Amino acid sequence: MTTTTSHSLAIAAKGLRKAYGDKTVLDGIDLAVPAGTVFSLLGPNGAGKTTAVKILSTLITADVGDLRVGGHDLAADPQAVRAAIGVTGQFSAVDGLMTGEENMLLMADLHLLSRSEGRRTVAELLERFDLVEAAKKPVATYSGGMKRRLDIAMTLVGNPRIIFLDEPTTGLDPRSRHNMWGIIRELVSGGVTVFLTTQHLEEADELADRIAVLSDGKIDAEGSADELKRLIPGGHVRLRFADPAAYQSAAVALREATRDDEALSLQIPSDGSQRELRSILDWLDSAGIEADELTVHTPDLDDVFFTLTGPANAPSQPKENVR
Amino acid sequence: MSALSLAVRNSNTMLRRNLLHARRYPSMTLNLLLQPIMMLLLFVYIFGDVMSAGIGGGGAERSDYIAYVVPGVLMITIGSTVIGAAVSVSMDMTEGLIARFRTMAVYRGSVLIGHVVGSVLQVLASVALLGAIAMAIGFRPTDATPLEWLAAFGLLALFALALTWIAVGMGMAGPNPEAAGNMAMPLILLPLISSAFIPADTMPGWFQPIAEYQPFTPAIETLRGLLLGTEIGHNGWIAIAWCVGLTALGYRWSTALFNRDPK
Repeated sequence: MTTTTSHSLAIAAKGLRKAYGDKTVLDGIDLAVPAGTVFSLLGPNGAGKTTAVKILSTLITADVGDLRVGGHDLAADPQAVRAAIGVTGQFSAVDGLMTGEENMLLMADLHLLSRSEGRRTVAELLERFDLVEAAKKPVATYSGGMKRRLDIAMTLVGNPRIIFLDEPTTGLDPRSRHNMWGIIRELVSGGVTVFLTTQHLEEADELADRIAVLSDGKIDAEGSADELKRLIPGGHVRLRFADPAAYQSAAVALREATRDDEALSLQIPSDGSQRELRSILDWLDSAGIEADELTVHTPDLDDVFFTLTGPANAPSQPKENVR
Repeated sequence: MSALSLAVRNSNTMLRRNLLHARRYPSMTLNLLLQPIMMLLLFVYIFGDVMSAGIGGGGAERSDYIAYVVPGVLMITIGSTVIGAAVSVSMDMTEGLIARFRTMAVYRGSVLIGHVVGSVLQVLASVALLGAIAMAIGFRPTDATPLEWLAAFGLLALFALALTWIAVGMGMAGPNPEAAGNMAMPLILLPLISSAFIPADTMPGWFQPIAEYQPFTPAIETLRGLLLGTEIGHNGWIAIAWCVGLTALGYRWSTALFNRDPK
């Protein structure tokens, strides 16, 4: 059964459900990922992100759900799905006893490339992922970042049109993370569909066309990063005081501010623009209020995340951008 | 590409991967080889005189006991070498690479077939080495015809296949490589209570069924018969039945575990 819309969808899931015993991991989620886009599944540890990837990449079976990947039904024709996808899981799927080049040639062989075709593809990918120097060394000697790069390079040997990346930058240093982002952008510009899970809100913000927030096996919100940010209250300026007396007098002067008596801080609604900031500063000066610390807080995906995934997940102090 | 040629090509790729592992990290294979070599030398040079006197009805020479014990040691070599298969399968299953294979359009069985064929080849190489050592210390199966040699080789290969599938099942079932290796220990212990070192009918009566109704005894008796011309009797068929049965059991067990959803 093919509907007109599922043609342009690389990944389509309806009512995806998975439980282990009486623990429900995915509680009937719907996903629709148009071909050639980046979709990010965002959620805290244990939300069910990896389970979703494992199911959509044919590694494990769903209990219930109408699932199509690359136009093929997951339950009826998993081999056809496998031919269309590439998967880089959370834990490196490389052979530590072999060299990087041998790992790559193994993939070429399993994809039934001819010897010369295989060698050419492998050489290209090793070059592209900056692994030429390390190619002849055993993978066991590679750093975490190198293993990740090799992992993705191996996934690309078969030239998959849909790629699943389960927390691809977890455990990478900032430089490697930015390199990985560059790689993902490059893939997408070549028309590949990317299904990405991440705990890094910044990462979803950077890369994804659409983001779904997964929590306790349910999708709490879905949309572009901007759409999600609109779901939560706007930004504010936060004033913190060291002296309780100064705090009290400021709280009296700034009636519209939200008080936090324990932290001795006040929150004034603001969009964080230079003009609003100046008017607040002028006003504080004229009122003779001197805060010990002033921070500007603009809504980001963190807020969305913490708002949607419940108070239990919220840290005691929201993340602030000190300006 | 047809399903069969895909299966053959993928399995061949997996086999080459396993052989590369074995070649690059031979320490496990060599460790597993030490045991049958030690047993051979121990039973021939240390216990040999007493054992010869025991089995030959008195006055026999040590060479008689060499002839008796070598077929048993060859089978023991199989039992101890396949433990490597249990360990390496388990190592594979605990790593992410197998998950990658499962999400690729490769022939599903190729992972296990690669392990099995690789292990059988390693076992046969080990058996050949043990055979060479046995010849060097005086094992002389001069009466065996070429056909008997061929049958002996076939029996060793069949027995290696059967025990390898069982070991692969243990590798799949064990939660980690250590546990899988421990699970495979009976494959070393079983030949010790077979007719490998002394004839089953010289054992205490209550113990004889234990020695008799297990795969090693009929296989060893058949090998003795083929190489040295002793009486085979029903042992040939019983040995083949054991091999076929264990192969079928190990195959079903391993593939059922492999096709289960991974954790």
